[in-house]
Amino acid sequence: MRGALPRSRAALVGFLLGALFLWLPIVSLVVYSFNASKLVTVWAGFSLRWYAALWQERALLEAAWLSLCVALMSALLATVLGTLLALALARHRRFRGRFLVGWLVGAPLVMPEVLLGLSLLLLFVSLEQLIGWPAGRGLVTLVIAHATVALAYVTVVVSSRLERLDPRLEEAALDLGAGPLAAFFTVTLPLLAPAVMAGALLAFTLSLDDLVIASFVSGPGANTLPMVVYSKVRLGLSPVVNALATLWLAGVLILALIAFRLWRAARTSPDGV
Amino acid sequence: MATSPAERTLRPLRSRRGLAWLLAAPLAWLVVFLALPVAIVFSISLAQQTLAMPPYTPILVWDAVEGLRVDVTLEHYAFLIEDPFYLEALLGSLGMAASTTLICLLIAFPMAHAMATAPARWRAAMLLAVILPFWTSFLLRVYAWTGLLAGRGPINQMLLALGLIDSPLPLMNSNLAVQIGLVYAYLPFMVLPLYAALDRFDGSLLEAAADLGATPWTAFRTVTLPLVWPGVLAGSALVFIPVTGEFVIPDLLGGADTLMLGKVLWEEFFANRAWPQAAAVAVCMLLLVALPGLLRAAWEFVRGQRQGVPAVAARGGH
Repeated sequence: MRGALPRSRAALVGFLLGALFLWLPIVSLVVYSFNASKLVTVWAGFSLRWYAALWQERALLEAAWLSLCVALMSALLATVLGTLLALALARHRRFRGRFLVGWLVGAPLVMPEVLLGLSLLLLFVSLEQLIGWPAGRGLVTLVIAHATVALAYVTVVVSSRLERLDPRLEEAALDLGAGPLAAFFTVTLPLLAPAVMAGALLAFTLSLDDLVIASFVSGPGANTLPMVVYSKVRLGLSPVVNALATLWLAGVLILALIAFRLWRAARTSPDGV
Repeated sequence: MATSPAERTLRPLRSRRGLAWLLAAPLAWLVVFLALPVAIVFSISLAQQTLAMPPYTPILVWDAVEGLRVDVTLEHYAFLIEDPFYLEALLGSLGMAASTTLICLLIAFPMAHAMATAPARWRAAMLLAVILPFWTSFLLRVYAWTGLLAGRGPINQMLLALGLIDSPLPLMNSNLAVQIGLVYAYLPFMVLPLYAALDRFDGSLLEAAADLGATPWTAFRTVTLPLVWPGVLAGSALVFIPVTGEFVIPDLLGGADTLMLGKVLWEEFFANRAWPQAAAVAVCMLLLVALPGLLRAAWEFVRGQRQGVPAVAARGGH
């Protein structure tokens, strides 16, 4: 029998202080986005003027659109490739080069972002010199870069679900005469769906949030939302950024909550029953 | 295990052809967009700097007289050693990474402990309280601190109101601000693996230790710590490695005296357009920082253990 760890009042106080530390800056962002004053740090009454001002900023809106496109496309690519890779690793426990594949998958999880960004940019530049593709940098290079990083995350999320999946279900389908593809689409994929969705959402938010890699692989005229926000933030505090932050937080929180529910569903659903 | 009657029908799933079909696309992708770029970084770190665009000379030169000639130089690596600036940046990065890891560990341990011992109905909420900040935009969370630490920001105003200081403290653009920002941004990376380790921990072992006369401190040192050590290591790796290459936080919160590798690489590349020099910094960074992590991650992944990649495994929660 496993016993429980003893509860500790001191640890609970530690948790509350830690949670306060994590949430206070976020709350302050939201509060000051409703501030009437142009000075972000001085409170001058409630106002929605910065939300109105947000819609006047063409550069921000265009960047938001580009970021959304990049996030959607790279998440789609990463999800397909990452799921395939997770299936390969789950079904084939031993093959030559498995170590190498594991290394390639693990690399983006531990490589500093500046390294990933620099190496991908140098690849794109060299490729363009050699074969003329990609011609210039922008949407395509951004999608490729983000898909490469997100692929690793999707593989890990789907792999951990596959580990708990009962392989006999797919075997039963094959026994009953289903072809391998039919068995996959009617049995395995529906069981994997929560993890695949969670992986896709993770890929989506990673792409939406990335500044460093995007700054390297993007070209002139193709600025993602974090790049535009960064150039504004470097110039100092801006209440418009606070308003944007509040909207962004709301969006990401909704996505994160959906992903969390999916994960819990994936974890609590009776595996293989 | 008995031979499954499905052995024959399973062949398509377990066959080499099946493996090839599954592996072909993602493996090709990873080779072209991950392995090849690293090789290119390495080769460009050996190229000569020039004023053209791209600002480096080709490594392989075809010459009608001499044939194929390899044009490489080690000067960028020599420069890394000659100029104390790079060594300072390296030490600055490693120092910041070490202090951030330690502070995160001290804050995260009680948090993870409280989460692992909380009643089941609170756990989801506590987990969300840690995960959600870390899912919200990194850049915007760092931006939040530029407001909090500003000369007329809430922290200074509070300290002034309390009468603890007479004039606003210059908190922004300092190493202190960078340290606060780093701990803030990376704390969840430490909490989640520790929570995963403590959640699996068998509390009756502590009862046994107490029965045998151990003081709480001895029990912690000899029982708890060795058992949660994998979680401590995983969390430390997840904090230490990215902090070493961190760019955004030292750039937005740091001052002129904040020297860190990620920022140096960025400035060599964007401000100085010294691509080969930036590539040399990148290669050193890869060797110094990422290699142990890469080896470990690959090893853990192959072994099917999840400690090696808890960033995501832990993101999903328990």
